[in-house]
Amino acid sequence: MILGILNVDWQTLADALALGAVYALMAVGIGLVFGVLRLVNFAYGQLVMAGAYALAFASQWNWPRWAGILLCFAIVLALSLVMDRLVFRPLRTQSPAVMLVATFAVAFLLQSVALLWFGPLGKIASSLAPLNRPVVISGVDIRKIAIVAVVVAVLCLVAVQLLLARTTVGLQMRAAAMDFRTARMLGVRANRVIGGAVLISGALAAVVAIMLTVQTPLVTPDFALRDTIVVLAGVVLGGLNRLVPATLGGFAIGFASGLLGGALPTTQSQYLPSILFAAVILVLLIRPNGLFTRGRESLERV
Amino acid sequence: MTVLVVENLEVRYGAVRAVRGLSLTVEPGEIVGLIGPNGAGKSSTLHAIMGAAPVAAGDVRLAGASLVGRKPEDVARSGIALVPEGRRIFGELSVEENLRLGLAGRRSQAGADDAVERAYELFPIVRDFRRRTAGALSGGQQQQLAIARALVAEPDVLLLDEPSLGLAPRIVDVVFDALAAIRESGLAVLLVEQRAQRTVALADRCHVLSNGELRLTLDRDDAADTEKLVAAYFS
Repeated sequence: MILGILNVDWQTLADALALGAVYALMAVGIGLVFGVLRLVNFAYGQLVMAGAYALAFASQWNWPRWAGILLCFAIVLALSLVMDRLVFRPLRTQSPAVMLVATFAVAFLLQSVALLWFGPLGKIASSLAPLNRPVVISGVDIRKIAIVAVVVAVLCLVAVQLLLARTTVGLQMRAAAMDFRTARMLGVRANRVIGGAVLISGALAAVVAIMLTVQTPLVTPDFALRDTIVVLAGVVLGGLNRLVPATLGGFAIGFASGLLGGALPTTQSQYLPSILFAAVILVLLIRPNGLFTRGRESLERV
Repeated sequence: MTVLVVENLEVRYGAVRAVRGLSLTVEPGEIVGLIGPNGAGKSSTLHAIMGAAPVAAGDVRLAGASLVGRKPEDVARSGIALVPEGRRIFGELSVEENLRLGLAGRRSQAGADDAVERAYELFPIVRDFRRRTAGALSGGQQQQLAIARALVAEPDVLLLDEPSLGLAPRIVDVVFDALAAIRESGLAVLLVEQRAQRTVALADRCHVLSNGELRLTLDRDDAADTEKLVAAYFS
C-alpha cells in the first residue's frame, strides 16, 4: 500500500535493497579503518574505482570471469596496502584533520592517475552483465544482480562479524577501536590490527567494485565517487563511532536513495541528491550523534 | 639477579621535565613502591618504562637489555605488564575477552590456558563474572580484572599505577593481598601508589618522588613512623 503511494514497484524495491546492501558494505569498509585509525578514508571510492578498472580491463582482454574477479581483488588489496604503508602509517600520529586532508589528496591523485592512464571516456566492464537479466519471482521481474548483491552483502557482513567476534585479531581490532593506547600497552601490535582492518576494508571495496560494475558497466575515473560521498553521509548519519550503526546508516541511505530514485518522476530525478542531503542535515540537527546510536555511548568517546 | 633497572631516567614533555635523574632497581620476588603527591612523576616513570612516554635521557633495562626507543607493544611482549591508572578495562567487551587481550603480551602462546586458569584462581570473581560485560563490573572487580589481564601475559615485571584508587578499604585489602601473593610467585613488582602508609608496609622498599626527583627511600619499618611519612611528602 505504501509502495503504491510512493509509486514504487517491487522491482524498484529490490533494486533499492540491493543498493542499500552495497552501501552497507562500503560503510563497513570505511568504519573498520575509522575504528583503528580514527581516519575517514575519503579515498575509499578510488579503491572501488581501481577494482572496477581491473574488471573492465579483464573483460577487454577476454579473460574468464573468475580471473577478472581475482585481478580486481589483487589490485584493490595491493592498493590498500600501499595506501596504508605510504600514507596512513606515516600520518598515524597526526590529527584527524591532517589525515582527512591526506585522504582527499590520495583520492584526487588516484582519480587523476586514472584520467591520465585510461582517459576520460571510460571502459566497459561487461563480463558480469548477464546478471542484469531478470528472474521472475511470483510474477515480478527482479534483476539477478539485486538478489546476488543482497546475498553477497549478507554473507560478507556475517563473515566480518565472525572475524571480529571469534578470532584473536578480531578481538584485538575491536579493543584497538575502543582504546588503542591501552591495547598497545597490553602487547597488541598496532601494525597488525591496522593492516588487518585495511585488508578487510580493501576486500570489501573489491566486492563493491564487482557489484557496482554490474549496475554501471561504464567505468570512468570518477567511478564510485558519488557513491562514496553518499555512503560517508550515511555513515555519519548512522554514527561513525560504531560499526553496526555506521553499517545501518550506509544501508539506510542506499535504500532511501534507491527508493527515491525510483519514486521520483524522471524529470525530477536531478533533485535526488538534494533531497537526500537535506534529509541527512535534518537528521543530524535532531540527532547529532547519529541515528542509530544511543546518545550517551557516543558522547563517552569525546 | 636484578630484572628491572631504571638508570638516571629523564622524561620530558616539551619544556616540562616530568622525571629527573631517577634510578631504581627491582629484583624478582620483590615489591618496590613509588609514592609521592600528584604530578610527582610516578605515572610518567611507568609510561617511560612502557615506551609510551618520551625518554630524554637515561636508560631502562629489562634483564640487561635496553628498552628505550621500543614500541609499547614490544615492551609488553618482552616481559613487562602494566596495570594502568584508572584500570582501562574495555567496558564493552566481556570479562573473558578483556582477559584474552592480556594474552597478546605473552612471549609464546603455549601455556596460555594455564595462565588464564591461574589468574582465575587468584581472582575468583573474575571467573564468576567472565561472561558479563566488563563495564558492568564494580570498580574493585574491574581492578581485579585489570591485574588478572596483566598476569596472563606471564611477565617478569608487573607495573601497577595506583591500583587502589577509588576503591573501598575492603577491596584495597583484596588487591594488596593479591600483590603479596604475586610477589611470592617470584615476579618483580613496581607499585605506584598514593596510599603511602599501606604501600610502605607492603613493599620491600619504597621510593618517595617529588617534582620528578627521588627524595628518599623508606623501608617497611618506616610504615609506623607517621612523622617521617608526612615529612617525606611535604619536604
